[in-house]
Amino acid sequence: MPIEIYLNVAASGLLTGLVYGLMALGLSVIFGVVRVVNFAHGEMMTLAMYLTLVLFGATKLDPLILMVPIAAVLFVLGYLLQLGLINPFINRPEHSQFMLLVALALILVNLQLIVFGPDAQGIRTAYSFDSFQLGPLIVDASKVYAALAALVVAGALFSFFRFTLLGKAIRACADNYDGARVVGLNVKQLYALTFGIGAACVGAAGAMLMVVGDVTPTIGPAYTLLAFVIVITGGLGSMPGALLGGLLIGLTEALGGVLFSPSAKSMFAFGLLVLVLLFRPQGILGRKAA
Amino acid sequence: MTQRINRRRFNQALAAAGALGAFSPFGIVRAQSAKLKVGVLLPRSGVQAGIGQDCHRVVQITGGLLSDLGLPGLDIMNGDTESNVDVARSRAERLISEGAQLLVGAFDSGQTTAIAQVAEQRGIPLVINIAAAPPITEQGYKFVFRNFATAPMILGDAFANQLEVFSLTGVAPKTAVFMHVNDTFGVAMQKGFTGVMSKFTMPYKVAQTIAYDPAARDLSVEVAKARASGAEALIMVSRLNDAILITRELVKQRWSPSAVLSMGPGWYEDQYLKTLGKLGDGPISFVPWYDPNKKLAKQLEAAHAKAFPDINLNTNHIYTFEALLVAADAYKRAGSADPKALADAIRATNIKDNVSTGPGIQFNAKGQNDKLKNSAIQNRGGKLVVVAPKAASNAKPELPMKAYDKR
Amino acid sequence: MIARLLEDVPRRGLVALAALFALLLVFPYFASGYLLSVGFLILYFAYVGQAWNVMMGFAGQLSLGHSLYVGLGAYAAAALYVHFGVSPWIGLGMSIVICVLAGAVIGFLAFRFGVAGVYFAILTIAFAEFARIGFDHFRWVQGSSGFFLPVANYTENDLWNLRGSPRMFYYLMLGMTAGAFVLCHALLRSRMGYYWLAIRESPEAAQALGVNVFRYKMVAVVISAAMTSLAGVVFAFYYNNLFPEQIFHISRSIELILGPIIGGIGTLVGPLVGAFLLTGLAEGLRELMLQLGIDVPGVKQVFYGFCLLLVVVFLPHGVWPPLARVLGLERKG
Repeated sequence: MPIEIYLNVAASGLLTGLVYGLMALGLSVIFGVVRVVNFAHGEMMTLAMYLTLVLFGATKLDPLILMVPIAAVLFVLGYLLQLGLINPFINRPEHSQFMLLVALALILVNLQLIVFGPDAQGIRTAYSFDSFQLGPLIVDASKVYAALAALVVAGALFSFFRFTLLGKAIRACADNYDGARVVGLNVKQLYALTFGIGAACVGAAGAMLMVVGDVTPTIGPAYTLLAFVIVITGGLGSMPGALLGGLLIGLTEALGGVLFSPSAKSMFAFGLLVLVLLFRPQGILGRKAA
Repeated sequence: MTQRINRRRFNQALAAAGALGAFSPFGIVRAQSAKLKVGVLLPRSGVQAGIGQDCHRVVQITGGLLSDLGLPGLDIMNGDTESNVDVARSRAERLISEGAQLLVGAFDSGQTTAIAQVAEQRGIPLVINIAAAPPITEQGYKFVFRNFATAPMILGDAFANQLEVFSLTGVAPKTAVFMHVNDTFGVAMQKGFTGVMSKFTMPYKVAQTIAYDPAARDLSVEVAKARASGAEALIMVSRLNDAILITRELVKQRWSPSAVLSMGPGWYEDQYLKTLGKLGDGPISFVPWYDPNKKLAKQLEAAHAKAFPDINLNTNHIYTFEALLVAADAYKRAGSADPKALADAIRATNIKDNVSTGPGIQFNAKGQNDKLKNSAIQNRGGKLVVVAPKAASNAKPELPMKAYDKR
Repeated sequence: MIARLLEDVPRRGLVALAALFALLLVFPYFASGYLLSVGFLILYFAYVGQAWNVMMGFAGQLSLGHSLYVGLGAYAAAALYVHFGVSPWIGLGMSIVICVLAGAVIGFLAFRFGVAGVYFAILTIAFAEFARIGFDHFRWVQGSSGFFLPVANYTENDLWNLRGSPRMFYYLMLGMTAGAFVLCHALLRSRMGYYWLAIRESPEAAQALGVNVFRYKMVAVVISAAMTSLAGVVFAFYYNNLFPEQIFHISRSIELILGPIIGGIGTLVGPLVGAFLLTGLAEGLRELMLQLGIDVPGVKQVFYGFCLLLVVVFLPHGVWPPLARVLGLERKG
């Protein structure tokens, strides 16, 4: 097969991987700080996608602009969810957290089924069918825009956590829960804020994915799994890790699909996951647990 | 004094309720003026909800049409299989214990098989509306009937219709790439493909076969691979979401095959036409369909258009309607709701004035309608036209497909 | 030996269990076909929940990919029956061997490399997904187009080939569930049961005391896998068709762990109570929707989800512990 095919496929994989990376970033923030296993992550993203659909229908604004209000809505949702429902579960065993979020996911999926119906729905923007041609490379325009947006949001997030006082406080909580409380940080508030931020990431990612594809009520679980695979591969608690994980998984699936059988391409992502779990459990960019 | 509910008491109550249920009468001979109780099992929630709900639409308008034909009324009992084989089985049992005298369903081959076993055990006829896996009618069942084409039948007619289309348009691709979804229907089609194709002299050779994951969110790799094969035509077995994704990729990767020949769902569905607009024109789908020249088909089309103005009449509607038609017709001839009499009446079905393509509805010894014919439909101007077989068509096919960047 | 098994089980508990068993024995004679099919489902989920409980409740390992063992067990026995005419009673030997191997591999990889908690759970999901995609391409068992078992007549019960009426399957499942119950009780009473308790409570302390943590965790995983494989065999012969997309799917894995979690992890009766409640709840909600005339798909699942939510929030240890207290069936000491 000519080399362009591999280049094209790799480029496509990397771009999509960036958007998945942003979604996983939300999970990394939630899991890394609050230590809650958010098994409803994919469903939250589906919710964001439906919100984008509704807002687009009402305002006809580009989803990448709608990304901002959607992220805000999801932030509030995440904040309230953490404060109201999830907080008592932080110290409970994983299976309890799992049950809680599975129940939530079940409710969300079926509410979406009832409200929006089962058919796939999408958004058509002016550039939905565009592609850029750079020499032998043909690159999907919507993926480029979505990937750029993902980078912008990720960048904003990095700066927040690195340079703002609030961001540093949250990182302190993650690193040392007791120490943070001793120093007088309101940990409960910060957890809620963090969950909100994680949810906002998911919201932004959802808006971006609407540019690239369609939504049905049942696509949530696949995305939850994908987010976990990315976060574990890239490294828990490491934000560049989540993006790197996304890029890697996107690339692996794409190349695996083109070199072997596309119907088995998910196996490569899982294979990578198993290898990471065995040989570098903290993930590629993660730090070893204290 | 409060009654303490313990497990023992609860179980006793349940057993008592069950005892009552066991005595509920079914299969009692009823007078003809009474409606036939038909349990309709469809996946209206869960992963297959889209199709189940689509099938359900026609159930709502069937009553009026049947009475216009002078057929007895049907008392429809709805059951949601929730796209799950456990639920399908227990729902079938539930409907029967509530008095269903005939079952219709259930789209998914796995769930249909589970329901078929229940039907056979209880001696209640099951008329399968849609399910293409061949083994279902190979089990020697006496109470299971299928008025839908099996995968090999769909394949055979697809090749025959393709030859007709090629000769009518004068366009015959020399190479093709075959892409299929790796699910029940896709794999069944792929398995039979080479064997059935060898019975016809097709002008093209299949350069490559590409299977893709039904859960794939992104099909750019698959389309890139297909494009790289250098084939002229694209042969597809996919579902609705994939069809939309693939078409998008075709446009973005700047590949316009001379023909897109689909042998399954997706490329003709409302959502596809609506989402893609003029980019959705051109593909030809070789699928079980209706004969637009038949009287009943026109009546169904009109009733459907009135009830659901934005929705085209499609395979789901046609075959679900015909299943109910078979039920009503058998009930009239049997003269009673006794399940054995109904089953015998269904076996003797001979409806020439039906909706789907072909000589009509009859069942062979295995309970399969092996006389069904499948059609070829083409997307044109956001609508569907039937282009083959000639006797059951209402338009001429157009090939090659207009290039995507010229639309 | 029976006396040892029965010592310090409260007398009331024994009576209740005996009464329950007797009721379950005669249930098919009262029940309609529908209730019988529901009864089968309850027993199936009770059995498979019990099997999962061995790994989770006893050894503390959260497996979210248990559908792997159901599927492997199902396909092994089904393939031997369809291709070689081997009776499932012999075929299940192969099912057990394959699942034991799979469990051993997963356990080994996890425990040797220190994969625990949520990471272990994700690992189990990865393996189940591997199997799903792998079997999709496995031509010998028809891949994703589905593996159908030839169905014979229903007038006779052929127990040897597991061809027969739903009543036969009900009794088979009842026997299996009762057997699993007794087996788990015996396991908990044995020395291994105490090691498991130690490992569950504090692996480091157990290790320090000289308990071979690795070995006993492996035993739990392997027993759980073997028990689950038998459920797969019954599934294959009851439904007579297997699709990788359905049997290995993560929703199946989640389905079978709902029972024990709601019922009460680590308890013997938890999985039974959980299975009964959840299946009963699902059917009850469907009836309710029917009575209220609500025919909107998805509504029942929303209510179901809310019920799950309520139980998880207010009964963190499951339904059985508080229920046992109320019924006076708590184990003393």
